[in-house]
Amino acid sequence: MPFVIPKDAYAGKVNALTFGSGDKAVTVGGDNGLPFLSFESSIPNRPLIALEIQDVAPSDWPDTVRTVYDGVSDSPAKWAKFCQDSLGAKIVALRLTGTHPDKENRSAEDAVKTVTEVLSAIDVPVMILGSGHIEKDAQVLKAAAEAAKGKECILGKAQEENYKTIVTAAIANNHKLIAMSQLDVNLAKQLNILITQMGFNKDNIIMDPMSSALGYGIEYTYSVMERIRQAALVQNDPMMQTPLLCDIGPNVWKTKESAAPESELPEWGALTERGIVWESVTASTMIMAGCNLLVMRHPKAIETVNKLISELI
Amino acid sequence: MIIIGERISVIAKKVREAMAARDPKPLQELAKTQFEKGANYIDVSIGPAEDDGPQLMDWAVKVIQEVVPVPLCLDTTNKAAMIAGLKAHNNKWGRALINSASGEEERLNNMMPLAGEYNAEIIALTLTEKGIPALAEERCEVAANIMGRAMECGVPMEDIWLDPLILPVPFQQDKCKESIRAIRLFRELNDPPMKTTVGLSNIANGAPKELKGIITRNFLVLLMYEGLYSAIADPNDKEFMDTMKTVEVLMEKRLYAHSYLEM
Repeated sequence: MPFVIPKDAYAGKVNALTFGSGDKAVTVGGDNGLPFLSFESSIPNRPLIALEIQDVAPSDWPDTVRTVYDGVSDSPAKWAKFCQDSLGAKIVALRLTGTHPDKENRSAEDAVKTVTEVLSAIDVPVMILGSGHIEKDAQVLKAAAEAAKGKECILGKAQEENYKTIVTAAIANNHKLIAMSQLDVNLAKQLNILITQMGFNKDNIIMDPMSSALGYGIEYTYSVMERIRQAALVQNDPMMQTPLLCDIGPNVWKTKESAAPESELPEWGALTERGIVWESVTASTMIMAGCNLLVMRHPKAIETVNKLISELI
Repeated sequence: MIIIGERISVIAKKVREAMAARDPKPLQELAKTQFEKGANYIDVSIGPAEDDGPQLMDWAVKVIQEVVPVPLCLDTTNKAAMIAGLKAHNNKWGRALINSASGEEERLNNMMPLAGEYNAEIIALTLTEKGIPALAEERCEVAANIMGRAMECGVPMEDIWLDPLILPVPFQQDKCKESIRAIRLFRELNDPPMKTTVGLSNIANGAPKELKGIITRNFLVLLMYEGLYSAIADPNDKEFMDTMKTVEVLMEKRLYAHSYLEM
């Protein structure tokens, strides 16, 4: 008797999310099975990677990744163009980290200026990320959403405490939205319900389960993502069928492993490779758990992960 | 759980008149509200429809599927009408569900081959010419006979929805727990478990109006505990739907969120 591979069929399907404008627009999601199980499900869109840039120079990034952008990171527009033209980025994620009150406390008007400059410098899809400060993000992202009207950006992150303002801005200016909850599958569902109840189309949401870095709680992110995907596919839960976003740069490049000098820890190997490996392994883990869109920092790590995705698909 | 919305039934005066007059509006309204409240299938009950069964079913299927993106449960004993419904059915949102075959020879011979021929799913009532067997085990025997016939007709086991038949608690109190047991035993007839369905409202037939809700909801909980796959019911009944969602959450078939009742 010939061996027949047992196959599971899934009741649900991950939404396909398209963002960006014109012929550079991209689509993530749309899969109807668990990650990379192509023998029993279809994966119409491979996981994609956005390159992260910031509104202010990345003075707190470790040398390994900061020096890649020497000469361009003083200007967000130059930096964006470098990512698109020299590094071949398909998506650029602009983090308005300088608006954080504990950093440079840049104003919403400053953010608008940066967003406008970046959007006119490149034509690949742009993600606009706040600094993560609840109150400030509501102001900054509202203004940024207006400035980016018509570009169908991904805007975020909307959290339980500030989603109303951000959702309203996303609806008014026709953007997609990141819904972020903190490593809790039930709260993730609840936030999606609340956002949907404001009249926002659930097909335009991408969910951020809150990423972590290898060695720093990645297993929590992994298991929350697994449960989200199971709910989406097996239980056919429409509120859990949004694609998944993993914004790993800030966590990876804060680890001791990505920055500790070789003189202190010679047994850890070359510093120039360590951070790249750390970001590559973190990203690889996230795509195994069902991540559809990554935000990363080092071009070499991106190259590695893209190669892996090509081999798995 | 799969909900088959029961509101489009020839027993209702409004539906009967709309069908006679070929007025699509009342049917479409009923289909839309049931879909919005969470029905996965819409039942289309035209009765025996001896005069114009095929034309009526063809018309009803088409006008309903114009407004709701779900498969339909075609409910008639008229074989020609069933064929017309199967031909008219749009499978884009799922395959049609035949309602129904049973262990009665004539009905089984009429309906089961259609499931194979038109690639439809089929509800099978576990009764025979002699009526509804008293014991769950006896209903399993009827089920086994139906499953055997299905195999001959090329109908896969996962396309059969076994219905143990629900008898009203006011008249047949001792049969309620047999129906509950039958759900468990039916599931054990195959691996993966057989699908099951019930016409739930029958449990409270003959009871005073104020008791119908509480009887139906609590019966639902018992059936769901045994693994009931689907029910023919009224999705507009919010308390009923809330009970279903809550049991699903408690049985870990639906993900909890504070607003789970609203979805």
